[in-house]
Amino acid sequence: MPPLLEVKNLKKYFNTKGGMLHAVDDISFTLDAGKTLGVVGESGCGKTTLGRTILHLLDVTSGQILFEGKDITYPKKKELMKLREDMQIIFQDPYSSLDPRQSVKETIMEPLLIQGKLSKAECEKKAKELMDTVGLAARFENAYPHELDGGRRQRIGIARALALGPKFIVCDEPVSALDVSIQAQIINLLLDLQESLGIAYMFVTHDLSVVKYISNDIMVMYLGQMVEKASSDELFANPIHPYTQALLSAIPIPDIHNKTKRIILKGELTSPINPKPGCRFRPRCIYATEECEQPQVLTEPLPNHFVACCKCSELLNNRRNTQ
Amino acid sequence: MPDNVLEIRDLVVEYHTDDAHIYAVNGVSLNVKKGETIGLVGETGAGKTTIAKSILRILQSPPAKICSGSIMFDGADLMKLSEKEMQHIRGNKIAMIFQDPMTALNPIETVGFQIEEAIRLHNKISRVEAVRRACEMLEMVGIPAERYKEYPHQFSGGMKQRVVIAMALACKPMLLLADEPTTALDVTIQAQVLEMMNDLKTKLNTSVILITHDLGVVANMCDSVAVVYAGEIVEYGTAEDIFDRTAHPYTVGLFNSLPRLNTTERRLKPIKGLMLDPTIKPPGCRFSDRCPEATEKCCKQPPPDVEVSPGHIVKCWLRGGSN
Repeated sequence: MPPLLEVKNLKKYFNTKGGMLHAVDDISFTLDAGKTLGVVGESGCGKTTLGRTILHLLDVTSGQILFEGKDITYPKKKELMKLREDMQIIFQDPYSSLDPRQSVKETIMEPLLIQGKLSKAECEKKAKELMDTVGLAARFENAYPHELDGGRRQRIGIARALALGPKFIVCDEPVSALDVSIQAQIINLLLDLQESLGIAYMFVTHDLSVVKYISNDIMVMYLGQMVEKASSDELFANPIHPYTQALLSAIPIPDIHNKTKRIILKGELTSPINPKPGCRFRPRCIYATEECEQPQVLTEPLPNHFVACCKCSELLNNRRNTQ
Repeated sequence: MPDNVLEIRDLVVEYHTDDAHIYAVNGVSLNVKKGETIGLVGETGAGKTTIAKSILRILQSPPAKICSGSIMFDGADLMKLSEKEMQHIRGNKIAMIFQDPMTALNPIETVGFQIEEAIRLHNKISRVEAVRRACEMLEMVGIPAERYKEYPHQFSGGMKQRVVIAMALACKPMLLLADEPTTALDVTIQAQVLEMMNDLKTKLNTSVILITHDLGVVANMCDSVAVVYAGEIVEYGTAEDIFDRTAHPYTVGLFNSLPRLNTTERRLKPIKGLMLDPTIKPPGCRFSDRCPEATEKCCKQPPPDVEVSPGHIVKCWLRGGSN
């Protein structure tokens, strides 16, 4: 059986005044039904663009996207309409992703009405069921977004994404705008829905503790490229790429006895416009040598653990020696 | 007592709007010692920023009204000073770093000028001398002085926040109010900025009130912690008290809501319900409607401040007498 989603060498470039912006550059991965792929990276690394390109909210520059084994890279309008039933998105900001002039019920019903398979009464019934599924009390059905707090608004966004019964949802920083106590409620809801409905998530976030918690596999992106991919536990136990190591060490841990030494990176993200060949992390990397100016290839130094770094066997050996 | 830089006593702040009275800060008392970093932790709307702005008296009034309380700083009650005297304190003896570096800087002045301006306002020195000191400040936060004449839009987010910090520290304040200084930044940049703030704090022996919702940042930065809920300090103690001997049910709930990197638990335990509506003044404990341990007494009588161990204070009926 083919995987639910397969992305091959996906590229998305934007033509800007300054040159070609390589937002997503040669990304490949597969995702099985009911699983979660976490995508992490700093702002500007292309993680949101990746999600949107897969959903065809943006056009593909090159590469291939397969959904249930079928090529959907360049869908026709009708096919796209059908695809929307299978693939949905939950947006980052529950404040700006809802129409302020639509009530909760109208917002959730809209995708159902667009698909035109159910009568209006059936849509309404379904909307009420969905509100129940995501834990929104029925009394809010005629409320407008401004009357609700962030957590409830995000529940509307989730209900809307669920309306068509998708098999795959891109969650684009769905909890970043929420407080921790509310964040935990929403994460639990997403986990429950995955368990009961078997939805696959692509979970895009910059919050590494959330991603570890929710993901089966994690992909680390840097300036449009995948630098490391492994199972969640493996990546956190055994980060190999220098960027992943720095990223993980920079997470503030809520424990005063955890005094692990932080790797403080020098400098900031360089521009993704007309990038030079070779490793894009090179200017900030402490291990960088001339060798890194060659294009990096993805290798598999440990089973199911992929790294794009020419130094990775060296780094692995160093670690073994120090342990 | 003489080693306290700031003493807040029974501060009450309300917002009076046409429709309602919002009880933002409800009797907060807090001491800040010399050279200490104290964390004000809480969720959106807990009143953290209102407390900080009250200290500088920069709340917009109306709608805000400081109803009662005193704030002793440097031998004077800030509440009783004239506007002119306050101007001498703002930016000079007490400085503030705002959350969003993108909006805290003036887009049509060079960054160097903005730092120089703060220095010249508070010191009778020549322009040349002020420029020299502004350059020094830029270098201190890790920005080459050659960038003095650049405008905010030419800087990245992390660099802008460094400029804001340089501006705040330009007059070597005794007290620094840092309102979510790293929330808008990526983790690797956050690590850079936090490390820099720690260095500067030690160098200048400044006291810091660090406002944040991120317990990870608190664990890395703070000597003592005040947990704020619905305009009250519900728990106060050293970082060890708060992290190792967590006592208040709200603080316990906050910790349980966090996805941990070091556990394998598959489900978070969020605090149920939502933050108390700030237009309501409940007769009992403000957390009682969400508290898993609440008793009838909690809902009826305001809880006392209980000193569970020396210096560790908890506002809760259920912790009285124990220990």
